[in-house]
Amino acid sequence: MSKQIERAGIPVVHACSIVPISKTVGANRIIPTIAIPHPFGDPNKSPKEEKEVRKALVKKALKALATPIDKQSVF
Amino acid sequence: MEHRYRVIHCLNQFFGGMGGEEKAYQPPQLFEGARGPGMLLENLFPNIQVAATLVVGDNYLADKTERALREILALLTPWYAAESADKPKFLLAGPAFNAGRYGIACGAICQMVQKEFSIPAVTAMYPQNPAVIEYKKNVFIVRAGKDVMDMEEALRNMAVLGIKQLNGEELDPDRDHYIPHGQRKNYFAEKTGASRAIDMLLRKLAGKQIHTECTMPLFDRVEPAPPVRDMASARLALVTSGGIVPRGNPDRIEAASASRFGTYSLNGLSRFSSETHQTAHGGYDPTFANDDPNRILPLDVVRELEAEGAFGSLHDSYYATVGNGTSVANADRYGFEIAKLLLADGVQAVILTST
Amino acid sequence: MIFERGDIGVDNVRFGEQTTLENKVLFLDKKALITFLLSRDTHIAKCVVSITRPGDSTRILCVKDVVQPGSKVRGDRLGEGRRHVLKNVAIVTCGKIVGYQEGIIDMSGEGALYSPFSTTFNVVLDIVVVPDLTPRQHEETVRKAGLAAADFLGETTQAVTPDTVHPFPALEKEPISSHLPRLVYLYMLLSQGLLHDTYVLGRNAREGLPRIIDPLVLLDGAITSGNCVSACDKNTTWHHQNNPVLQELWRRHGRDLLFAGVVLCTEPVRLSDKETLAETSIALVHELNADGVILSKEGFGNPDADQMLLTRGLEQSGVKVVAITDEFAGADGFSQSLADSTVEADAVISVGNANERILLPPMEQLLGPINDLSKLAGAWPHSLHEDGSLEVELQAIIGATNELGMQRLSCREV
Repeated sequence: MSKQIERAGIPVVHACSIVPISKTVGANRIIPTIAIPHPFGDPNKSPKEEKEVRKALVKKALKALATPIDKQSVF
Repeated sequence: MEHRYRVIHCLNQFFGGMGGEEKAYQPPQLFEGARGPGMLLENLFPNIQVAATLVVGDNYLADKTERALREILALLTPWYAAESADKPKFLLAGPAFNAGRYGIACGAICQMVQKEFSIPAVTAMYPQNPAVIEYKKNVFIVRAGKDVMDMEEALRNMAVLGIKQLNGEELDPDRDHYIPHGQRKNYFAEKTGASRAIDMLLRKLAGKQIHTECTMPLFDRVEPAPPVRDMASARLALVTSGGIVPRGNPDRIEAASASRFGTYSLNGLSRFSSETHQTAHGGYDPTFANDDPNRILPLDVVRELEAEGAFGSLHDSYYATVGNGTSVANADRYGFEIAKLLLADGVQAVILTST
Repeated sequence: MIFERGDIGVDNVRFGEQTTLENKVLFLDKKALITFLLSRDTHIAKCVVSITRPGDSTRILCVKDVVQPGSKVRGDRLGEGRRHVLKNVAIVTCGKIVGYQEGIIDMSGEGALYSPFSTTFNVVLDIVVVPDLTPRQHEETVRKAGLAAADFLGETTQAVTPDTVHPFPALEKEPISSHLPRLVYLYMLLSQGLLHDTYVLGRNAREGLPRIIDPLVLLDGAITSGNCVSACDKNTTWHHQNNPVLQELWRRHGRDLLFAGVVLCTEPVRLSDKETLAETSIALVHELNADGVILSKEGFGNPDADQMLLTRGLEQSGVKVVAITDEFAGADGFSQSLADSTVEADAVISVGNANERILLPPMEQLLGPINDLSKLAGAWPHSLHEDGSLEVELQAIIGATNELGMQRLSCREV
């Protein structure tokens, strides 16, 4: 899906837990997330901490979207 | 009495005896009887008769494909659409060996003929001929060598494959020497998977040749899209394969092998909650996502960052499907359709989340 | 030390006044079984027990687990003494769906070619739980009821002489000098949370793995399934009890190979865990001095990444690998099959394309909750046709593309 959207010229950041799959399939901007059942959360943390982690991940995603790249990159 | 097969044979300008590169723009022409390789074919198979030979310049077909195919169709229709009992039964094209444009011509003609007249059509090419990728899915392409040294063998295999198709016999890419169509098909092997695995491992350890049952897939690559130049004014969209949908899963997106994606409004939503949204994904423990769907698609913090001016604005809808046993071909299609919607709405950047 | 497994086949299973095995007929006292199950777990509100036989016009729906009944007749510890099993009898648990991915067993017709449980006599437990249980409690209740019922039926084998007794000697601890290649079995268990867990020696597989484990304890029933990934490639408890890789390695031990041991590992949810786990598992394989490894799998998608990490690491450290996997190549077979790949995976056994569709004929009898039919993985809203036939992907059939290699199904390019 990420590739088709990129083909249309819109940059995509793929946020996923299992980076090797994303790399194999061919996403260009990749950010690693926490775990499969909760990529943007961590139930072991307090709700406040969990949200901070989540926000940091989204900030990272926005940064990746604004970064020029010439090949597959993991941020 | 032995059965006799009448066929039409297609050749390029060179093999059709019209000339070399200078005749490569030759429009299609039909000749009675066999020419060049067709005569060898008749020698090899006394029961095959070449009723007519179609000759076309390979540049002509490769450059003006639609027009050339229309003209070829017009030339062939009187033969194949005839009511006569001895009308040609199938079509052979080539062999094209490693010639790319000739390969395209053969592939395109076979594909059209089998569709228009519902008759078998067979060509032959070197497996690395660039036309193979384009036509192997729909056309029977016999594996041939690089050049004319392999003419006789290729013609034999083409003819046998054509006759087998005509008689409705079961075909096998190895036994019948054709390039597989690229379709994965189930069958029952003689031994169980466990027993085949141990056999294969022992062969591998003994340094013997092994045939893997599943060749590793090759995925295509896309040039990275240019970055967002001005994030502060950019319109951002959220997409997920993690299955976050409104409660009740209104589009009934399947838990696995999703046949669709959903478009859902974000209007007036500052965050997802267990009252408004849930996961439809069957491939992971749903507890955490159902307790707090922001753990899959982080709407809550995206809204906060929007308010803080970290990016321009959030697109009104998000798009969701379930990436669980969903084929790559389907995922490609959803991506393509979502991209169209995003372009139409002026979206400049996408966060795609997966589990 | 030796472990023996005594196989007992039956000619029929019937309801009766008592639960006994007489002249190859298993009689089941239905009331006693229900009372037993209800008394040991107050979370069960109701349990409907049915018997179905190979060839019946019966479809079992929403199957959660399958367990082979048996009992220990000698020896106290797991992996010692003798266990008797009812070879062609199975406990099948089904019930209202907790998650999504419970599957189908057809006792006749086209679908019966794909499941090992179309050829067993099945005692089907349709379990309804009391209201307000958490999904976790619900899952646990149904799982444990299946295991308890298997013990209940297994008691009948105590005084019976088995048809065949298979002796499994303990594997020699010291490396044997021999020209035969040393093969290790690397056994991946899904362990990803609710409906995606496996239990080893009664503990969740997420704790304490990877480890080297004595294969004898595995044959004695050390692994149970709490797992409901797609029906086709979930390893039921029955599959673990009858693991075909283990049995085949034992059968050929000393003949054309040396069975050097088993490493159990998991398929975790975090990439860093996957990487650490792969490293540790590979080190354990080397401890066993392996020349080659059979690598089986459970599930698809992210477990493909585990399988590729392990294959790459092993091959790069000089150990040859054959990996067993199923494929998701789309209904038409033209799509990419796997979520991950690596060039080192040059010897792969395919146990079938789970996306391939099959039309299951209408059946006279349906067991299990029919209302949930279209929610099964591998089905879609229009799967159920008006005449009662059901069009599904093979995904929906229990054990169809089992990645321990139980079935003969395979896939090739045409």
